[in-house]
Amino acid sequence: MRIKQLLIGITASVIAISSYVEIAVADLKFPMLVYRTGAYAPNGIPNADGFVDYYKMINARDGGIGGEKILHPECETGYKTQVGVECYEKNKKDAMVFQPMSTGITYQLIPKATADGVTVYSTGYGRTSAANGKVFKWIFNAPATYWDGATHMIRHIRKENFGNIKGKKVALIYHNSAYGKEPIRTLQEAAKKHGFKLSLLPVDHPGQEQKATWLKIRKSRPDYIFMWGWGVMNQVAIKSASSIKFPMDKFIGIWWSGSENDVLPAGQGAHGYKALTFNAPGANYQVHKDIKKYVFAKGEQSGDGSHFGTVLYNRGLFQAMVQVEAAVVAQKIHGTSKITPAMYRDGMEAVDLSAERMAELGFKDFAPPFKNSCENHGGSGLAAVQQWDAKAKKWSLITEYMYGDKSITEKLIAEDSAKYAAEQKIAERCN
Amino acid sequence: MSVELLNFIETVLNGLMSGVMYSLVALGFVLIFKASGVFNFAQGVFALFAALTLVGYQTGQVPFAHLINELFGTNYHNWYASMPNFLAIILTMITMIALAWIIERLVLKHLVNQDPIILFMATIGLAFALEGVGDLMWGSDVKVLDVGIPSGGSIWLEEATIGLAAEGSDYYGMYIDVLNVWATVIAVILVITLALFSQYTKTGRALRAVADDHQAALSVGISLRTIWILVWAISGFIAMVAGIMWGTESGVQFSLSLIALKALPVLILGGFTSIPGAIIGGLLIGVGEKLAEIYIGGYFETGALENWFAYVMALAFLLFRPQGLFGDKIIERV
Repeated sequence: MRIKQLLIGITASVIAISSYVEIAVADLKFPMLVYRTGAYAPNGIPNADGFVDYYKMINARDGGIGGEKILHPECETGYKTQVGVECYEKNKKDAMVFQPMSTGITYQLIPKATADGVTVYSTGYGRTSAANGKVFKWIFNAPATYWDGATHMIRHIRKENFGNIKGKKVALIYHNSAYGKEPIRTLQEAAKKHGFKLSLLPVDHPGQEQKATWLKIRKSRPDYIFMWGWGVMNQVAIKSASSIKFPMDKFIGIWWSGSENDVLPAGQGAHGYKALTFNAPGANYQVHKDIKKYVFAKGEQSGDGSHFGTVLYNRGLFQAMVQVEAAVVAQKIHGTSKITPAMYRDGMEAVDLSAERMAELGFKDFAPPFKNSCENHGGSGLAAVQQWDAKAKKWSLITEYMYGDKSITEKLIAEDSAKYAAEQKIAERCN
Repeated sequence: MSVELLNFIETVLNGLMSGVMYSLVALGFVLIFKASGVFNFAQGVFALFAALTLVGYQTGQVPFAHLINELFGTNYHNWYASMPNFLAIILTMITMIALAWIIERLVLKHLVNQDPIILFMATIGLAFALEGVGDLMWGSDVKVLDVGIPSGGSIWLEEATIGLAAEGSDYYGMYIDVLNVWATVIAVILVITLALFSQYTKTGRALRAVADDHQAALSVGISLRTIWILVWAISGFIAMVAGIMWGTESGVQFSLSLIALKALPVLILGGFTSIPGAIIGGLLIGVGEKLAEIYIGGYFETGALENWFAYVMALAFLLFRPQGLFGDKIIERV
């Protein structure tokens, strides 16, 4: 009798486990490395909310991707590199793609994900030379890289100075981390090319105290300040710039230094501050309407919904949309809805987000078009400048989307990726 | 005067002002350590919690709104549009007193006579728990804190000093943030009030008695528990002042709790048991780190001395004077 019961129990367990495995394989797993706690939570939360609301909308509106539901388990990193790596290890099984949301974590994941055969998508951050698909098979950083960003800033100030910035003083204030240091090489090359003087001003984590840095800036009177900041560093820097009466329209942040969180604490002092962006601000796009209809109306929004339409929320929507689109493309390429991580990578490499396709997806005029390819994982490099209106409390695009200066970035990308390929003994592909 | 000398004076002045901001945090540590021998790791989180609570009251935010809405399917976010600053500050003070009472009831009462390391570990737990409660109560967004304290560079000082440099020199006047001047005034008032309270009131004398000798204080009928609640409440009040000053500068956000790390070198320099030590230590650290960043920072490729130089100073002090400038001398009886 006992043996019979044992056999029945084992059989039932096997059936239960196999049915679970079937469900797990059928669903598409998009693990999320988030930071909803800690010093960088004010930036991490709206971004993560954008991802979650988009995934929920796709599940509710379309029944998932090609009929396969999206699973999006969250793992809290607190923006800590080591914890991010642990999150990756915990969630990598059957994962389609990882979005590390930290340049430090991305650097750590590049060799691991390459060995494991998992796609890493660091949207506009991470290792710039990963744009070279010939070397970085599994890593993508479209639609624009930090080096594109640095050249966009130069392009913008050159335009303001009728093409001549020779002798101008440019200060780079940056988060003293892998992220903040990323544009230095490009700016040094650009300084040689255009004849401006570059000074480097690192700020240690978290950046709550920057008085000495701003005393230096006040004394050296740079013509322009560029910023690669994150979290409280941005708020303190913008407030300090306003405090020393630095002209805010000469202060330009990278796309991670241009959210509402960064400018609101400085009040009217932040008026005129500029930042790059590769997606538009606002909440009047079709995707927002769909999220309202399929997610908010059911009370299923992530958090309290207060970040809806903010810069970082919209960034999250954009990132999630690209990740979902890669799965759609992979399903088409391989003729199956049940794609594997390797098939997903093929999809990401073949993503072609034309203006028409973005309009179909509810992102009409939300972001410039871009296309990945075997050689190019860095997208178009297009980005625009947005400016903060402190009275109206809103960001507005003040330029068209511009291309970066490929004459500088392509050479640097080739050099850096060749160095990485030699270190890791990677043979170039796409030939 | 030469521009170099004027710049040097400006750096020292700004260092002193920053030092006052560090001292505001360090004061809370010193008070609790003096009265109970507990190194309160949660002091930075106290400042954060006080600032979050103040903004919450100011803006009429419903505490635990997210949790309530999740559990009951409601959609509450705000009770009212705004509250006068004065009233919000009073309510925050009451909240900090209530918090002190809760900590005494739930944590300290159960750890009387435990080793200092156990109490220290308890405050680490308290720091993380309070940070979590703060998040649940008020959310993680960056909040704008405005209690009417002016901020920004002092135009008066700039104009008054611009003529001090030789004519034709490249000098733009001296810079000081008005917020830091206010912080200095408030810190001075705070220290004087604390000194008067501890010298001339019965409760203040009881507090000093407990600080000198717990056992002796107990033997003359002083309630240790009441004193602990009182001292934690005063520290909560100081944390609120520190939270207001730092929160006005950067917005109220969770990185505010890390200001406690700025207080550590101040305490090592000034001593864990001395209120004047916390002030002098803060000033020395403030000036030291600003001078280091501006005058020798350029020699370091990585830069950013401002953040870690304070710890170099503290380490040097630990080697030669471990009790700090004004701390009680360490006597080991064999």
